[in-house]
Amino acid sequence: MRLGVLFSGGKDSTLALHLAAEKEQVVCLITVVSKNKESYMFHTPNIDITVMQAEALGLPLISVVSEGRKEEELADLESAITQAKNKFDIEGVVTGAVESVYQASRVQRLCNKLDLWSFNPLWKHDQKALLETLVEKNFKVVVSGVFAYPLDEKWLGKQIESQVIERLVTLQGQYGISPSGEGGEIETTVLDAPMFYQRIEILDSAIEAKGGSGVFQITQARLVSK
Amino acid sequence: MILIIDMTWKNDSLAFDEFVLPIVSVVKPLEKCAIKHFLEVNPQLLSECSKIILSGTALKDHATLRQVDKFSWVKTFDNPILGICAGIQTIASVFGESLTPCLQIGMEEIATQKANPLFKGHFKAYALHNFSVEAPTNFEVLARSAKCIEALKHKQKNIYGVLFNPEVRNQTILENFVQSS
Repeated sequence: MRLGVLFSGGKDSTLALHLAAEKEQVVCLITVVSKNKESYMFHTPNIDITVMQAEALGLPLISVVSEGRKEEELADLESAITQAKNKFDIEGVVTGAVESVYQASRVQRLCNKLDLWSFNPLWKHDQKALLETLVEKNFKVVVSGVFAYPLDEKWLGKQIESQVIERLVTLQGQYGISPSGEGGEIETTVLDAPMFYQRIEILDSAIEAKGGSGVFQITQARLVSK
Repeated sequence: MILIIDMTWKNDSLAFDEFVLPIVSVVKPLEKCAIKHFLEVNPQLLSECSKIILSGTALKDHATLRQVDKFSWVKTFDNPILGICAGIQTIASVFGESLTPCLQIGMEEIATQKANPLFKGHFKAYALHNFSVEAPTNFEVLARSAKCIEALKHKQKNIYGVLFNPEVRNQTILENFVQSS
């Protein structure tokens, strides 16, 4: 089955891509670049790096810019998926949804409207186990946004590894945060993964932190042979 | 042993992780379980099961409804069965009932119609289906939403079906089924 992956460049959509490619044919990536930093639907920090990630993966990228107004985002997503259907003959769409009924049901409705299959291979999976899978499979993932107390700017740019996972699980017990950031507490950016033909090297970055939130912005990067 | 039957269109499909594993994650801590694709079910396996759960599947996947003959064992299996989404659709089809187009995607209000061991009162549940079911002869309605029948039970046997997906927001229903006598 020819599939397009809704791709934000974060850990969930990249892991969903990895799992989908093990069983079906992934033919393109689909990204909605939301201008709204508080988008309900779309991951925002470092979204521009999806262009470089697509090149690293050797997959074509369909990218649509959205103003990020709540329901207009859906029309923009529909436009992007329709382009993928017309250009790459996709038969289905893959998302990295884990817990969000809000996100998953909106994509399901769009796919139903466009007569496409919808797959959520991470759906309802244990969040700690998902993070551990990333480490086991040698994904290089950095924290690119924090949006909930007690996460602060010290987390920004940190690579997801065993000690970081343990700390996040501890914070889940103490503060009720979702360890994988499913509630929007954390956003991530993937720099390398098993399907990447090249890895991303960060040359320059900036931290923008204010109040209880912050973003690790990759300002300059390049692709490096693996 | 509880048998969880993968109702997706093929063994090891991309929908397995989404529709079967979330059920396994609820059942496994409570009871020993086995997982088999619906085309792998055989009399020997059925003889070893204390209960059976039929999973749901993707919205566009109608493989079990095209192969209802593979589920004739449902009528003769003597232990409890719970069919989820595609599972209840298949059970209704096995008992001769046709399906009605009815699209539900997202959270739905469910109202219990008859006391039962799995759930009670009003609750919200995640639904994902293109067809609803009518109650076949010898089945009673356990729950409804504004749009359709949401749960059924055979009047004499412990054959249950829910049209919504309890593994998403109502795991207690699965736990109650596993722990019911």
